[in-house]
Amino acid sequence: MTVKKLTEPDALAKYRDSLVASSDDGKPCVLICGGTGCRAGGGLAVGDAFREVLEQRGLTEKVEVRMTGCHGFCEQGALVVLKPAGLLYVRVTPEDVEEIVATSIEGDGVVERLTYREPATKKRITRESDVPFYANQQRVVLADNGRVDPTNIDDYIAAGGYGSLAKALTQMQPDEIIDAIERSGLRGRGGGGFATGRKWRSARNATGQPKYVLCNGDEGDPGAFMDRSIMEGNPHSVLEGMVIGAYAIGADRGYIYVRMEYPLAIENLRIAIDQATQRGVLGENILGSDFSFNVKISRGAGAFVCGESTALMASIEGLTGEPRAKHIHTSEKGLFGKPTNLNNVETWANVPVIIDKGVEWYTSIGTENSKGTKVFSLVGAINNTGLVEVPMGITLREIIYDIGGGIPKGRPFKAVQTGGPSGGCLPENMLDLPVDFDQLTEVGSMMGSGGMIVMNDHTCMVEIARYFTDFLRRESCGKCTPCREGVLRMYEILDSITAGRGKMEDIDLLEEICGYVRDNSICGLGKTAANPTLSTLRFFRDEYIAHVKDHKCPAGVCQALTTFIIDEKTCKACGACLKACPVEAISGGAKKKPAKIDQDKCTTCGACREACLFDAIMT
Amino acid sequence: MDMIKTTIDGREIEVQRDRWALEVAREMGIEIPTLCHHSALEPYGACRLCVVEVTKGKWTWLTTSCDLPIREGLTIRTDTPAVIAARKTALELMLAQAPDAEEVRQLAEQLGTKSPRFPDRNESNACILCGLCVRVCKVVTGKMAICFSNRGTDRKVGPPFDRSSDECIGCNACVDICPTGCIESRDEAGIRKIPMLKTELKLADCEVCGKPFAPIRQLEHMQAKLREKFGDDFEAGCICPVCRREQTAARLHNVAEKIG
Repeated sequence: MTVKKLTEPDALAKYRDSLVASSDDGKPCVLICGGTGCRAGGGLAVGDAFREVLEQRGLTEKVEVRMTGCHGFCEQGALVVLKPAGLLYVRVTPEDVEEIVATSIEGDGVVERLTYREPATKKRITRESDVPFYANQQRVVLADNGRVDPTNIDDYIAAGGYGSLAKALTQMQPDEIIDAIERSGLRGRGGGGFATGRKWRSARNATGQPKYVLCNGDEGDPGAFMDRSIMEGNPHSVLEGMVIGAYAIGADRGYIYVRMEYPLAIENLRIAIDQATQRGVLGENILGSDFSFNVKISRGAGAFVCGESTALMASIEGLTGEPRAKHIHTSEKGLFGKPTNLNNVETWANVPVIIDKGVEWYTSIGTENSKGTKVFSLVGAINNTGLVEVPMGITLREIIYDIGGGIPKGRPFKAVQTGGPSGGCLPENMLDLPVDFDQLTEVGSMMGSGGMIVMNDHTCMVEIARYFTDFLRRESCGKCTPCREGVLRMYEILDSITAGRGKMEDIDLLEEICGYVRDNSICGLGKTAANPTLSTLRFFRDEYIAHVKDHKCPAGVCQALTTFIIDEKTCKACGACLKACPVEAISGGAKKKPAKIDQDKCTTCGACREACLFDAIMT
Repeated sequence: MDMIKTTIDGREIEVQRDRWALEVAREMGIEIPTLCHHSALEPYGACRLCVVEVTKGKWTWLTTSCDLPIREGLTIRTDTPAVIAARKTALELMLAQAPDAEEVRQLAEQLGTKSPRFPDRNESNACILCGLCVRVCKVVTGKMAICFSNRGTDRKVGPPFDRSSDECIGCNACVDICPTGCIESRDEAGIRKIPMLKTELKLADCEVCGKPFAPIRQLEHMQAKLREKFGDDFEAGCICPVCRREQTAARLHNVAEKIG
């Protein structure tokens, strides 16, 4: 297919008008989530099934089937939304498709069994916009994720895409753009929260050519998929942001750094770069102007440390991904020693929105020093696992209970970790904390890139600290002594406490080393590596002491310090624990005879406790 | 030249902007310990021993001085309790990491670091992963015969892909620069052996005295480098340092006689 290159800003507007005019708003459209989660849940097969069934029924021309980016409600995948009615079907399988087509496309009914059932009220909700998970979000960056086909630039253009770029190129001087970004209060979404406008200005003012504009897509936190979903689902929003940024800074080349574990993100970005170049919104003489910007994808091998700016740049240069001191900012001397501006995926995706809707609109969202929205990946002990976008300043409670639907099986909330592996764990009395950059830092956690892990009462906080410290120990590049040796020692102490070998003085030593690592490491990985430990020590110190002094793991997680017993009075002899036990350590549990655990056989894996419907199994 | 004022340990001095704080402090006679620093190489900032306390405006923080460029408004202290404590902890961690490193042991003694509160990580090892060997090979020799592999606590130094490599010219730069002396090199029966790099290179015999003195590969490498500089006809000769000194001395003697 030959694509007509748009050689002037007006041509973009005309082309968009023609796209909008030729589309029929009332035409039924099946939006299938093509995010990684739904793909794992069979989303691609559901898409194929729709195409097949529609063809069998002669509806191919009348109904559009569109594979979109991640819708966010990963817990319920594979997701299907029917437009124009806005019906949401969850956990759809290819076998359900015929019924959906017959009932809701050919007819105007609803397939009741495939609608979303709210866990708390058990009520069925038919429309996507009525589902609390979506209704309580404010989608700015993710607004088009569930609507556009990421592999078709026309979808993005029809939704107004690249309009901000045209506006920036024709109506704004570079300084005005930087000024707008500064006034918008946009702060880096990758974790640091540095003022984006200020960063741009220092890159613009730096001397030296060429200048580079980079996108950090090296999202490496376990359980985080915000940037991934944006790159997979709406890659053009990232590209548009980068082109605007490059124009403002005066850069003519750039890289998007993405890890190899994100093959779909790489594929969709590659398609987007090709299509944007063909359309003339990227590459040489963008929209007929004398501004050119070329971008390449650099694939990372998946080291966590390569999300750190200087390590990322070293990696792009083909060197080992190791950080260096940043007394001289990368805006002065960055990639290949040239002025460089690096922003995270989500930060870039915010840029077109700010240019389009204006600073006033943008600053109306959020708190005093944290403007706009933030995307979180909500995971762990939560009913509605998924991708959420909320205004800054929303409380943790609103995210976890109103959007996340609370903790499964009504278990009590214990802690939430924000900011990924190097974030802190916040206890229940922090639930009403407004989520913004400064508030989270103040209580010893951080915004990070937006991972949010919810934990219930069956979570041992010492074990959590041990787990994340283990991750960081493995992911430390090993360059500097504090991070390489210090994090190792932190891990060893945590490991010995969870194994029941801890001493009280170990806790003091642990705290001392944490402080040393935080204050002396080269880069952010080491500087924040102590957060899980320090925050759990601050908020859950009792648990550490229980492990050391009482030789007990109060949460019943650390195997060396846990004995499970079944309360005979509470046990209903239902036998659920018997089935769950992998080592056949439970006897009884039938004919009204309460179940009993043979401690010699028990491996304290906790499967019985999770299976018990009556909370009869205790530590 | 861009000169700016800065204060180190209470003494105000004027220095060129962007000079490294460590160099300036040492010129002022202030002692700052280092293990990963060498004046022939760019700052690296790995050992974290050269840590100092920096104040700028209302902020005070710890940072390494080797890679700290002096800029406007910095006040530096090299002897605060926080600095001393950080250096002690760094040495304690290094002692547990490399119990055989004599240099670390001595520094620890000087600074009063107690014996480590951690178990030894490696038995009989002296490498503290300062990276001097890796950097001198790449930057000064112009080779990449010794490098880091793995990451985190698995990080180690060795030849590329842990195999004997043609990159190594046996120049011993890594051996000489290592602060803890943990790279061994020996010449035996006309062969230079560097076991850590799995290097075994034949030595060239001196044209004058006939004794083996340097790896043939090193001489070839030097010849190529010198030809780059002095043209294709340049011939370095194959003379050992002892004989070269004798020859030079003889030449000087002749010249002196002629002049009278």
